[in-house]
Amino acid sequence: MLKMTPLNQTHRDMNAKMVDFGGWDMPLHYGSQLDEHHKVRQDAGMFDVSHMLSVDIKGDNVRGFLRQLVANNVDKLALPGKALYSCMLTPQAGIIDDLIIYFLSEAWFRIVVNAGTADKDVAWMLKKRDELAPNLEITPRRDLAMIAVQGPNARAKVWQVIPDSQSATEELKQFQSAVVGQYFIARTGYTGEDGFEIILPAADAPAFWKALHAAGVAPAGLGARDTLRLEAGMNLYGQDMDETKNPLESGLAWTVDLKSERDFVGKQTLLDAAVTHQLVGLVLVDRGVLRGHQQVVGQKDGVEYSGEITSGGFSPTMNQSIALARISARIGIGDEVEVVVRDKKLRAKVVKYPFVRNGKVLV
Amino acid sequence: MSIPTNLKYSKSHEWVKPEADGTVTVGISHHAQELLGDMVFIELPEVGRVLKQKEECAVAESVKAAADVYSPISGEVTAVNSPLVDEPGKINEDAYSAWLFKLKPSNTAELDGLLDAVAYAELVESEDH
Repeated sequence: MLKMTPLNQTHRDMNAKMVDFGGWDMPLHYGSQLDEHHKVRQDAGMFDVSHMLSVDIKGDNVRGFLRQLVANNVDKLALPGKALYSCMLTPQAGIIDDLIIYFLSEAWFRIVVNAGTADKDVAWMLKKRDELAPNLEITPRRDLAMIAVQGPNARAKVWQVIPDSQSATEELKQFQSAVVGQYFIARTGYTGEDGFEIILPAADAPAFWKALHAAGVAPAGLGARDTLRLEAGMNLYGQDMDETKNPLESGLAWTVDLKSERDFVGKQTLLDAAVTHQLVGLVLVDRGVLRGHQQVVGQKDGVEYSGEITSGGFSPTMNQSIALARISARIGIGDEVEVVVRDKKLRAKVVKYPFVRNGKVLV
Repeated sequence: MSIPTNLKYSKSHEWVKPEADGTVTVGISHHAQELLGDMVFIELPEVGRVLKQKEECAVAESVKAAADVYSPISGEVTAVNSPLVDEPGKINEDAYSAWLFKLKPSNTAELDGLLDAVAYAELVESEDH
């Protein structure tokens, strides 16, 4: 039996094409994935991301616990409402999950984790809690829904639907959040566009979704979500990284704090690690479509190297194929590599990602 | 969408239209494009290439996946729909006018082995369940 979000019937009523996404019955698209993609880049779209899980951690000194639990440094969270992207690592520095931590107060942090990893994430948090901070309360919030409203006009449309929220949220910068009545509103997202991610009680989600739709926000499915996040150069757990990869070879060194004195799970392994691979962007020069697991081959300075595409696809904004690939650290930006596509080798250029941000092509 | 009755169909979801000049026109069915989603890339065979029945001869890629196109019958490629390469979305708009290639059949008996509209509708129905 597939798991359903509070918006399942709403998606069906809007003629969504539903798919099994890691055990969740989720909308792939509502007609055209490409139209939904463009709508988000140019106007406003909304995604049901209620399959992701909010986990509340409450008690004395939550911060002290999180300093040890995650690879990024929660001491960067100074102002209440501030958010931080981080990996949670195994002692071997494999990535258990990537997550966003919201600092609400010293006694309350909220962590949003991926759907596919939610059970193991919570189990790991509870295990570490028992070891490090047994007084803390960790509560998975399956009673909440989450809707991401994204695009250049997304915030204005949210304010149209919940006018009371405008004064509390219009000054929010990227990666800041505010609690407004029953809504938790964060200026975050997974598309490379401006917008909000809104957490609210599950029972209120269908009416809120319909009100956003009436305000001109287009429903968008997992298909558009994937092409948007790929253009935005954002990693997808399970494809671009997993427990067999560390953040340094996954393009996530910027999320790891190795400078402070604090110890965290996986730190020693990262300090000792020899980083032989890197995550880079590829833009296909020849005609075709790059896909995950295609092999990257070539020679540099007379020595062969190899690599693999971790996420690939067609970029609707650039009208050509792009990919993220894990390849030898010897390869530089601007180099040309070859990708094995069926019986052919296609040329691709190594670029620094993101590919697209705020509607503009950057590569 | 209804399945045109003037066409024949393969089990791998290509449609075939016998033309007055003895050639056949080949495309992919409405059902196939619906399964694939928005089309973004098409690779067509070379004109003059001799194909066997069920041979891989073209590629249709959508935002979601790559699909091989198989030649529904044996024959020589006499023409390809080159403009489609720049506008793969035409297949989503109307799969039965966005043809891929034309063949000069080498064994017209193979046409009789293809599905008619009723049989193809049954195949689509059975795959949906």
